[in-house]
Amino acid sequence: MPTAPGQASDAAGGPMLDLLSGFIGELREAGLPVSLTENLDAMQALQHIPLDDRMAFKYALAATLVKNQSHWRTFETVFEVYFSMRGAAWTVGDDELSHELDELLEELAGQGDEGREGNQGTGGGGEALTPEQLAELLYQSLLNGDEAMLRAIARQAVRRFAGMEPGRPVGGTYYLYRTLRNLDLDAVLKRLMESTATRPEGQELTNLEERLERDEFEIRIDKLKKEIEAEIRRRLVADRGAEAMARTLRKPLPEDVDFMHASREEMGNLRKALFPLTRRLAVRLARKRRHGRRGALDFRSTVRHSLSYGGVPAELKFRYPRPSKPEIFVVADISGSVASFARFTLMLVYAIANQFSKVRAFVFIDGIDEVTRFFEGVEDVTEAVHRVNTEADVVWVDGHSDYGHAFEVFWETWGKEIGPKTTVLVLGDARNNYHAAQSWVLKEVRHRARHLYWLNPEPKSYWDTGDSIVGEYGVHCDGTYECRNLRQLERFVETLA
Amino acid sequence: MAYRFESVPAIREALAGVDYLADEGIAGIVHLADRLGKPVLVEGPAGTGKTQLAKSVAEITGARLIRLQCYEGLDESKALYEWNYKKQLLRIQAERNKENTWADVETDIFGDDFLLTRPLLEAITADEPVVLLIDEVDRVEVETEALLLEILSDYQVSIPELGTITAKQIPLVFLTSNNTRELSEALKRRCLFLHIDYPDMEREKQIVLTKVPEITEALADEIARIVRSIRQLELKKAPSVSETLDWARTLLLLGVEHVDAEVAAGTANILLKYQSDIAKAVKEFSTEQQGFKPFAPGPR
Repeated sequence: MPTAPGQASDAAGGPMLDLLSGFIGELREAGLPVSLTENLDAMQALQHIPLDDRMAFKYALAATLVKNQSHWRTFETVFEVYFSMRGAAWTVGDDELSHELDELLEELAGQGDEGREGNQGTGGGGEALTPEQLAELLYQSLLNGDEAMLRAIARQAVRRFAGMEPGRPVGGTYYLYRTLRNLDLDAVLKRLMESTATRPEGQELTNLEERLERDEFEIRIDKLKKEIEAEIRRRLVADRGAEAMARTLRKPLPEDVDFMHASREEMGNLRKALFPLTRRLAVRLARKRRHGRRGALDFRSTVRHSLSYGGVPAELKFRYPRPSKPEIFVVADISGSVASFARFTLMLVYAIANQFSKVRAFVFIDGIDEVTRFFEGVEDVTEAVHRVNTEADVVWVDGHSDYGHAFEVFWETWGKEIGPKTTVLVLGDARNNYHAAQSWVLKEVRHRARHLYWLNPEPKSYWDTGDSIVGEYGVHCDGTYECRNLRQLERFVETLA
Repeated sequence: MAYRFESVPAIREALAGVDYLADEGIAGIVHLADRLGKPVLVEGPAGTGKTQLAKSVAEITGARLIRLQCYEGLDESKALYEWNYKKQLLRIQAERNKENTWADVETDIFGDDFLLTRPLLEAITADEPVVLLIDEVDRVEVETEALLLEILSDYQVSIPELGTITAKQIPLVFLTSNNTRELSEALKRRCLFLHIDYPDMEREKQIVLTKVPEITEALADEIARIVRSIRQLELKKAPSVSETLDWARTLLLLGVEHVDAEVAAGTANILLKYQSDIAKAVKEFSTEQQGFKPFAPGPR
């Protein structure tokens, strides 16, 4: 086992150095930009803190190595993997701490059930509990918010339910799932809520109070879940080693998450990342508009001012710069495979709608429908996007993407409204299910519009494979862009305005 | 070199003495900033006490606070130094009748007497201890950020006519940012990074109790819990600590002893600043809650 940080008295040399450089290497692998100076700063910082203080150790590393809040989660995961099992208190097995906790468990179990004094001698403490007793303990400690107890239960639950076997090539989520299924936290929460609903004084909780109670319990349960995750991770690290573990836990940063393959949790993170991003984007665009451009020569004003120089136009006057804002038509495929991408792009475009003179949105699968009305006068873009998904009339025959038909109808119905100020964005993977392409529509559109861009959420290497005909459409566009993650989307939108 | 602070707990205690409740992370980074002599870049949502941290640190160290408020269009004549050209002109005119050569006059008018110090220069030339606060650094353009780099890494300012002025003592430097744009790598690299988020419930309660001393503990507890619940909703702008305090004061003025849904709905406009947010919160708190959030991850 590697040395604990508490024992490495000299932070600048020996095993500590190895450990730290492994840690920083992993951070870089995970996508965090850690420079050499930051690396040195971290080493220096460690000389000024008590190394056996885990929190101080963590904050010292975080302050010197992580310079962006959205990277914090990644940092935390890597930190847990590298340092969770180092230090005297964290060796796996029946060490002192777990003994203490188990004793605590034992003691409390004894209080709940008097007829069990014969079991005190059994090794491993809480091992002797029946599942029912464990469930009761869990309920009690959640009700009282007893953190030490919850930690003990988490350990016990993992030992008992996860069924971890050394060397078995299964991810941590599998063990987590097994443990949580056995604990049945939903039922526990329900029971907790019921217990507060029937209060001894007989006075009913108001909705608000009930809500607050629930939030409190949910937070406690969340904490328990975190403890369980940590325990599983700790055991996995002990089994496989930190380097291998870190590799399997490596997750992309929010801005690099692929739209098409994001899990539900990643989607949530993406949504959270979207709002600050749009704010940044709006500030940047507004700034760009104000600077760097000068209006045309104002002839009248120049002549008027030349009078004070005896008719010599010594001072040139310019018009106030009033750059025209583009008009945007978004035409988005919202069929299953690319729906989340369309959703994000619509949200992003509408969030910075004041950078454009007008935004109109059309969605299609094999039929096409204008959805601008959903966004009008709505403050909450998320809500509007939700309505788009449920209310728009986009199915014509069978609900499989038919770009050709959708484009044709688009051209017939709205084609005349495209003007020289209009920028048309088409979002989709151009997987046409072998229908007719009707790419002449795009040719006509490009003729009328100022720009026509195609954004494709698929990796470039997949383009024009199978039924994808993005190449055929692409020749008529001013540009086709790969837009797989927030970073790429942001870059594109910036060039747009 | 003598350090300002002895240990992390000492910092927490001292900050608590001036009514700033720091958590371990905040105190730890202030401690490191002192030991390493590095500036601290403080980031986080508006109204979480970023600027207040610098003020409080100045107060506990007994240092003078020098503040540079950043804005778009800030330039070196407002941030670093400027030549007092009116005085220079007067001097040139006064010298006109004497027998001085051009070189004499030139060295004369580019001297300390004619230099107007601006906050950054003032901070490093000060004899007494100072805390330098560079507020809302994300408001300046990327190009202007470069102005700060020399002073942040070496605590010195180069003035072409005078040479390099080095700091007499290393000041504690705090930069705050609301993250309206990504700061340059060069700037971030020179700083320790501190993200101040909304405080957890226990700390927020303590903050309410400290800042609104007349309030009862039960009410403070209720306030902190409601605010925590509101922050979990998906809102345009979550309530900040200062808004929590405003709300607490309002409830106190209204003589409320116990917050129910009605009171919360009636005073939500103090916590939340968007109509859609208020509507959402009121709806969340007044309707019956049905359906539990699933905790076990289902098979995908």
